[in-house]
Amino acid sequence: MAQDMMVRVPIAEQEPAVRAKNFEEVCLGYTEEEAILEANRCLNCKNPRCVAGCPVSINIPAFIQEIKAGDAAAAYRTISLSSALPAVCGRVCPQETQCEGVCVRGIKGQPVAIGKLERYAADTAAARGIMPENHSKPNGHKVAVIGAGPAGLTCAGDLAKMGYDVTIFEALHRAGGVLVYGIPEFRLPKDKVVRHEVENVKALGVKIEENVVIGRSVTIDELMEEEGFEAIFIGSGAGLPRFMGIPGEQANGVFSANEFLTRNNLMKAYDDDYDTPISRGKKVVVVGGGNVAMDAARTALRLGAEVHVVYRRSEEELPARAEEVHHAKEEGIIFDLLQNPTEILVDEKGWVKGCRIIKMELGEPDESGRRRPVEIPGSEYEISCDTVIMSLGTSPNPLISHTTKGLETNRRGCIVTEGEFGATTKEAVYAGGDAVTGAATVILAMGAGKEAAKGIDQYFKNK
Amino acid sequence: MYQILSKAKLADKIFEMVVRAPRVAHKCLPGQFIIAKIDETGERIPLTICDYDREEGTITIVFQTVGASTERMSFLEAGEAFEDFIGPLGRPSVLCLEENLDKTREKKIVFICGGVGTAPIYPQVKWLKEHGIPATVIMGSRNKDLLFYVDNMKEVAEHLYVCTDDGSYGFHGMGTNQLQALWDQGDRFDHCVAIGPMIMMKFVCKLTAELGIHTEVSMNPIMVDGTGMCGACRILVGDEVKFACVDGPEFDGHKVDWDAAMVRQQQYKTAEGRAMLALKEGKTHHGGCGNCGGDR
Repeated sequence: MAQDMMVRVPIAEQEPAVRAKNFEEVCLGYTEEEAILEANRCLNCKNPRCVAGCPVSINIPAFIQEIKAGDAAAAYRTISLSSALPAVCGRVCPQETQCEGVCVRGIKGQPVAIGKLERYAADTAAARGIMPENHSKPNGHKVAVIGAGPAGLTCAGDLAKMGYDVTIFEALHRAGGVLVYGIPEFRLPKDKVVRHEVENVKALGVKIEENVVIGRSVTIDELMEEEGFEAIFIGSGAGLPRFMGIPGEQANGVFSANEFLTRNNLMKAYDDDYDTPISRGKKVVVVGGGNVAMDAARTALRLGAEVHVVYRRSEEELPARAEEVHHAKEEGIIFDLLQNPTEILVDEKGWVKGCRIIKMELGEPDESGRRRPVEIPGSEYEISCDTVIMSLGTSPNPLISHTTKGLETNRRGCIVTEGEFGATTKEAVYAGGDAVTGAATVILAMGAGKEAAKGIDQYFKNK
Repeated sequence: MYQILSKAKLADKIFEMVVRAPRVAHKCLPGQFIIAKIDETGERIPLTICDYDREEGTITIVFQTVGASTERMSFLEAGEAFEDFIGPLGRPSVLCLEENLDKTREKKIVFICGGVGTAPIYPQVKWLKEHGIPATVIMGSRNKDLLFYVDNMKEVAEHLYVCTDDGSYGFHGMGTNQLQALWDQGDRFDHCVAIGPMIMMKFVCKLTAELGIHTEVSMNPIMVDGTGMCGACRILVGDEVKFACVDGPEFDGHKVDWDAAMVRQQQYKTAEGRAMLALKEGKTHHGGCGNCGGDR
């Protein structure tokens, strides 16, 4: 059968009915044959718009041509020049608004499946034991990176490749940030993918010290004054959860999405061999409509619950990736749109027994350009449930900014930076990722880590 | 890895361990806590720091076996190690900060501790003594066999009063009865620190509110990360939501919503677990474990 060049090569996925009951990865990835077929659809543009659409400017046509030629290892090396975490990005980037969103193929048909091909190259390299290489000469300068999430890992990897002596300090017991505690196993396998990519960063010479909480175990000023670090990159993310402030929120059975996901992903509470418990609700309400809400909802479903996503705007405004919403619907998640909880109902023993919810309609656009949801008077109703997961977004943890002299933050608690390289108000201290922007995406954090590495290198060169 | 240098059984179900953790020991102050994780499959367990040695790089922890994880922890021996040991976490006690020293000197301080809460009181009293500030300590226990750290405390406290619920050692009664007795004979205090099971701290606060003694309590809610990223440890303090791991663990005890805190602490008690406890301890179980809220 001749290939339709307008349509992308389909990719194997677990059946919705099967995957709704397990934590195995949903998308199974391309085979070599499928990858080559898909690579054939790339027009190898002279002025590739896809590269401009990628926050870390991967040479996309080059690596796709290498896949086309059957050399996945070469493709991996090409990607590695720009990205420290290709197996992660191929899986979790919102490609539809980045590289694939501007692909010329997408004008008349479907864009080239760049993300899936990136993933194929990285997975193939991992299976063959190919590691990134570092040929730089040590330059003797010590740099500390705060946080082993996407921004920190990228910044550290790039600095190591420039010859710096880099140590990452991570507060949790495992490196990866949101990749280990937030994004679930069924989207991003922890041992196979995340741990492997962290090992690749270490292979470049980066040291990682876990269980160090900056601001408590040691401060940034002490790292510079006592431990000999000459420059710092802060990539501590935005991990502080928000709650609604409605009655009943203290009840047993109300969780932040961060707690629910951390128990499940980092602590593996779904696995009976692990000690951390998790509340397996029968009927769960997830409040919010972002990617984190989808992750929490699909996790609760896999733990055996009926799950409702309650979101105050309509489907069009859902901030989650279209692919995630599609997957969630296929698996049986119920979407209660244009609705918002006003109270959590609590039984006499202090446990959640339901939610009072009000219906909304969309009014005039607000400053973000999205139409503001307005309550419909008298539309309140009650739904019974035993678990409520609040997924309303997060903001930066104030611990680091409060304990560092001269580091300015804005009114949302985000670290203030100037210029494209992430320079903060404190000399020799750079920052990037969610700690600066508030909760955003993995790839934007990586882009910021990359720019800050350049900034730090310039700082040393101008010194 | 964080090696266990020594282990001792202090009383029934109560164990003490000295653990090598140089970064924590270098920086910690009384009132702060650590999170320990035994191994790959272990959970993260918060424990208050009970002593530290900056030169040796060691931290002392004291814990009571109240569930599967602490039980498993009690099987660890000297020479073995924790895979993870994180800290110091939380804020130091307001009494034990150099910048508050002048204010602290002006206070007449009483500590009231119960059960396993005795251990985290010790570094605070010790710190105060090192800074020339006397403190009174009231130590409570169900009976003589459950008492520990009496000698340690004698060395650092200006006055030590030991009481047991059954009168088998020291004053016959609870810590609150002892405080009332001291008050009645004319001892006046203006700052109290209470650490122990929630039910005990609640009753101390009830009394000190009547007596007009400012009271700090060390809250011990369920925690996961201990760094402020999940809110599992959230408690209501004066109608405000606080995360005990970053805003505490010490709070103004007169503002804590005790009933809400005790309900939240029972979150992961399974129906079976409660049944077993009722079977084993019946009506004698009065919340001494600090985790189940007793007969409530």
